[in-house]
Amino acid sequence: MTALLQVEDLKVSFNTPRGVVRAVDGINFTVEAGKTLGLVGESGSGKSVTSLAVMGLHRGATVTGSIRLHGQELNGLGERELGTVRGRRIAMIFQDPLSSLHPFYTVGEQIAEHYRVHFKASRKAGRQRAIEMLAEVGIPEPARRVDEYPHQFSGGMRQRVMIAMGLACEPELLIADEPTTALDVTVQAQILDLIARIQQERGLGVVMITHDLGVVARVAHEVLVMYGGRAAEQAPVDRLFAAPAHPYTRGLLDSLPRLDDTDDAPLRAIPGSPPSLIAPAPGCSFAPRCARTTAATAEEHARCLSERPLFGPLSPGHQAACHLPLVPEGALG
Amino acid sequence: MILYLGRRLIGVAGILLAICAITFTIFYLLPNDPAAAACGKTCSPDRLAEVKAAMGLDKPIWEQFAAYLTGIVAGRDYGSGPTAAHCGFPCLGYSYEYSLPVWDLLVDRLPVSISLAIGAAVLWLVLGLGAGVTSALRKGRPADKILMVLSVGTASLPVYFTSIMLIWGIVRSAGLLPYPAYHKFTDNPFEWGSNLLLPWIALALLYAAQYARQSRNSMIEAMAEPYIRTARAKGLPSRTVTVKHGLRSGMTPILTIFGMDLGGLLAGAVITESIFGLPGIGRLFYDGLLRSDQPVILGVTLLAAFFIVVANLLVDVLYAFVDPRVRY
Repeated sequence: MTALLQVEDLKVSFNTPRGVVRAVDGINFTVEAGKTLGLVGESGSGKSVTSLAVMGLHRGATVTGSIRLHGQELNGLGERELGTVRGRRIAMIFQDPLSSLHPFYTVGEQIAEHYRVHFKASRKAGRQRAIEMLAEVGIPEPARRVDEYPHQFSGGMRQRVMIAMGLACEPELLIADEPTTALDVTVQAQILDLIARIQQERGLGVVMITHDLGVVARVAHEVLVMYGGRAAEQAPVDRLFAAPAHPYTRGLLDSLPRLDDTDDAPLRAIPGSPPSLIAPAPGCSFAPRCARTTAATAEEHARCLSERPLFGPLSPGHQAACHLPLVPEGALG
Repeated sequence: MILYLGRRLIGVAGILLAICAITFTIFYLLPNDPAAAACGKTCSPDRLAEVKAAMGLDKPIWEQFAAYLTGIVAGRDYGSGPTAAHCGFPCLGYSYEYSLPVWDLLVDRLPVSISLAIGAAVLWLVLGLGAGVTSALRKGRPADKILMVLSVGTASLPVYFTSIMLIWGIVRSAGLLPYPAYHKFTDNPFEWGSNLLLPWIALALLYAAQYARQSRNSMIEAMAEPYIRTARAKGLPSRTVTVKHGLRSGMTPILTIFGMDLGGLLAGAVITESIFGLPGIGRLFYDGLLRSDQPVILGVTLLAAFFIVVANLLVDVLYAFVDPRVRY
């Protein structure tokens, strides 16, 4: 059976005056209907670029590799064909719902406008659809609020509007790019629960892009950790949290503050900064920041710095790109 | 909204009153003597005193100012007895040069300036916004660079240069159009348009470049907004994304400068009208300056202030309709 979304060897690069930026350098992942893939990484790891490339919204970038939706290749499609996919079969919601919604149009208009385009629906039917969608995402008095403007909504309600907009055309896949980052913690949970509920009802595939491992733990089935435009580790969510193999994943988990920390315990940050995407070092891109590389023997150390680790299986369903993984190969296979 | 409008209108009246007072004081302080000018060269001291009294110039400045303001709201009489001249509401004074109420002169000249301003505005909006938006959508590509070089070029041409070149090239050498003469729109719309075409072009070129640059910048800014990405992600046709989502927010800032520019131009384009010999407000002002016709200068100044202040108010009110976040 063909997966809902299958991305193979995706590479996205930008030509800049300072050189070619390899924002995404060979990423593979699959999203099944009804499942959530968590795409995790820090700023500049390529997670947002990956999602924009799937939508064909990468402006001025070179994209190679394969992006298949139900087996249909999307990479290389023209604007017209992509128009029948965007918003209709793949929906996308963004981080900051205030700036991502147009300030001059009512939320009803913004929910309905692509519904009218994709389904050749009338104004009246579009409005009806907008009211339905507002009700579905839990906005009280939808028939009244449909005529209000984004600035009249609170942050959480605005993100609900974004979700209503995304789902108005019954897409198969939802790409959520940091949908809760700009929201209060209590509202975050509500939004995540809303996405999860709608996903169950509709069998929606979800790509959840986030830097927040708490969000991943809550919603993802499968997790792909990205570092410097490449895949660092991929595993089912329980496995990843229980036994992270890549020192970077480990570092991310360790950097989360814990309730049982003493008050004066320092935050465990990963030292150093993200790698250059213009002139990547020959070896593992995480090696300069990696505690295991530093602690390794001279021979292993040299290997980390000179040879790029391949992204390969450690155990069924668990892959990492590391010469010195934390889980011995095959130990839990 | 009504309350807001009321407050703003009071503000408008206040500003106009202040401008009136300042201009009036400046003219009062000027060394030249309007009575002597009105009386003529062979004027006896007795006659001069009579003229002064008739014009009200023998009174202290606040009384003169009060009389001026009264004239604006209720009309006034100059002199008394059989020689008295009545200046009806709204009386902006009496022109020494034309021996006519300033208001009548303004009303007579206004259609010329309005015709000039509106025609030029249409032209520069089409040219300027067209070039600006085209540039913005092709940012960094050859079309953008060519248009921006052109706009720098036209922006650096002074209006008296373009006007003279147009007259020389199109009227004198090619004989394509007559030397402009003003025809009333109501008499013959075609003559009206063809005679005004050159002044329209001269004036429009002056503004178009500025509008091209402004609209390019604000359109580029608008197209970089996250909500444009949202619109694309929804699968809307690119024309809808550009026009409905980009243009509407990109053109909003243009409204402000357009209001100011049009308001200023309605009260006359001094240089353009003078070069093309158009009998508009600008020309009236220019002649008034040459002949120290103070009531005319004062009247035109007030009219210009009135247009600019009202244009500003209109722009602010329009904003509330364009941008739903604006509430009064």
